[in-house]
Amino acid sequence: MELDAGAIAWVLISTALVLFMTPGLAFFYGGMVRAKNVLGMLMQNFFAMGILAVLWSIVGFSLAFGDWGNGGLIGNLDFFGMSGVDQNPVSLGDPEGDGGGLALGIPLILFCAYQMTFAIITPALITGATADRMKFKAYAIFISVWLILVYSPVAHWIFGGGWLAQRGALDFAGGAVVHINAGAAALALALLLGKRKNWPEQPMHPHSLPWTLIGTGILWFGWAGFNAGSALAADGVAAQALYNTFVAASAGMLGWLLVEKIKDGHATTLGAASGAVAGLVAITPCAGFVGGLSPMIIGAVTGAICFLAISLKYRFGYDDSLDVVGVHLVGGLLGSVLLGFFATTEVNAAGKDGLFFGGGSTLLIEQVIAAVVVLVFSFVVSIVIAKVIDVAFGGLRVTEEDEELGLDLSQHAETAYNS
Amino acid sequence: MKLITAIIKPHKVDDVKDALKAAGVQGMTVAEVKGFGRQGGHTEVYRGAEYVVDLLPKVRLEMVVGDDQARAIAEVIVTSAKTGKIGDGKVWITNVEELIRIRTDERDEDAV
Repeated sequence: MELDAGAIAWVLISTALVLFMTPGLAFFYGGMVRAKNVLGMLMQNFFAMGILAVLWSIVGFSLAFGDWGNGGLIGNLDFFGMSGVDQNPVSLGDPEGDGGGLALGIPLILFCAYQMTFAIITPALITGATADRMKFKAYAIFISVWLILVYSPVAHWIFGGGWLAQRGALDFAGGAVVHINAGAAALALALLLGKRKNWPEQPMHPHSLPWTLIGTGILWFGWAGFNAGSALAADGVAAQALYNTFVAASAGMLGWLLVEKIKDGHATTLGAASGAVAGLVAITPCAGFVGGLSPMIIGAVTGAICFLAISLKYRFGYDDSLDVVGVHLVGGLLGSVLLGFFATTEVNAAGKDGLFFGGGSTLLIEQVIAAVVVLVFSFVVSIVIAKVIDVAFGGLRVTEEDEELGLDLSQHAETAYNS
Repeated sequence: MKLITAIIKPHKVDDVKDALKAAGVQGMTVAEVKGFGRQGGHTEVYRGAEYVVDLLPKVRLEMVVGDDQARAIAEVIVTSAKTGKIGDGKVWITNVEELIRIRTDERDEDAV
């Protein structure tokens, strides 16, 4: 395929949009923590932009996208150290032959940069579950190792023509690769770290909901690049994905607020933010594969169910501080599975038909398999990585005294709000 | 001299202040405080979790007045702060041994 100016322009913009989501996430989470931990949260997210871009360039991209279409568990080291990642059009695997491949009208270096922004935000999503109590050093090691041992292989399985993709699972922009993956790791870390001191007896309300709403706005905006950019072309599927993304966020907000108002008595700003993000999470795997009213239904159902899901942590006693499990894991599972019902080749010939569109249960079964496999893999490997850090690198959790003092002072020698 | 201390509901502060000014009170100190009394706390639901709020916001007023005014001023507070619902608060009067106005060094009743 020749280089395509329209596609290049759109993916360049999308790359910047998705990168901007990580600061957005920092503020989304940063507003939700207590004032003494806000820099700790912002730093963990910003640091992800530092370390993960470097690791992605050195080895992550190659492990995810090297040997594209091998149907296997991991890529190879062909692109190690950016070797061969050049300005020529993307041509991975065997685009001309029977084996299938990935041919795009954008340079390989742009594809690498675009995928890098996903590799940054996915581990950063986990920070919401570990808020207020994880050592910065332990966090830095964890996301670095997790990128290589969890994110890159899972990205290969689905985005890189690995075994789940060859079985027939669909994931337009990362319902499984990003959200189930990060959500399962979040659950693992929340369990290993234990509860924050005095949780849940003492209320730990957000210290700045205006920040959370600014962050939500940035995420919502950036998600255009995340989902519509995943078309990797400037075409009708990209347009469909952009529309689906925005309307799913809207419906997600409405679904969440409706149930929240009925159950808790108030429609909260935090609920509006969380509902929109839940809708965005659920539409992520579906964005370029569904049409009509489907994105609205997917968004609304997910918003309502995710609101109910955030109460699970009280029932089971794990401190998923900012509801990464309730929103990203549950939302990612719902989106991935609902795609098995709502997918239609009418909007994307490269997709499949789901149960509601004459495709039978074939896709649904593959969606469930992919979702469960990614959940279990990420959960188990995350536990192992965290356990090793706990034993060999001085522990995961800050001391009780440092937790009381706050991460800002204890981990970074700074405070956010000074007179 | 007497010290009058009142704990009232926050939304009655302006009514009480206006009534006290009209009654000739020369000054007072207002503080936002939290506490519990017979009203007790209540339960709040936020983000799917129930929280017991033990301490409710109140406002504490303090003023030093002459011996002969104290009872009348306390009555003004009671009248203007009353809603009739639980949690309206309390007013109490205590003796003040000495009083000094810092600027002029006036003492006792002269300093009221």
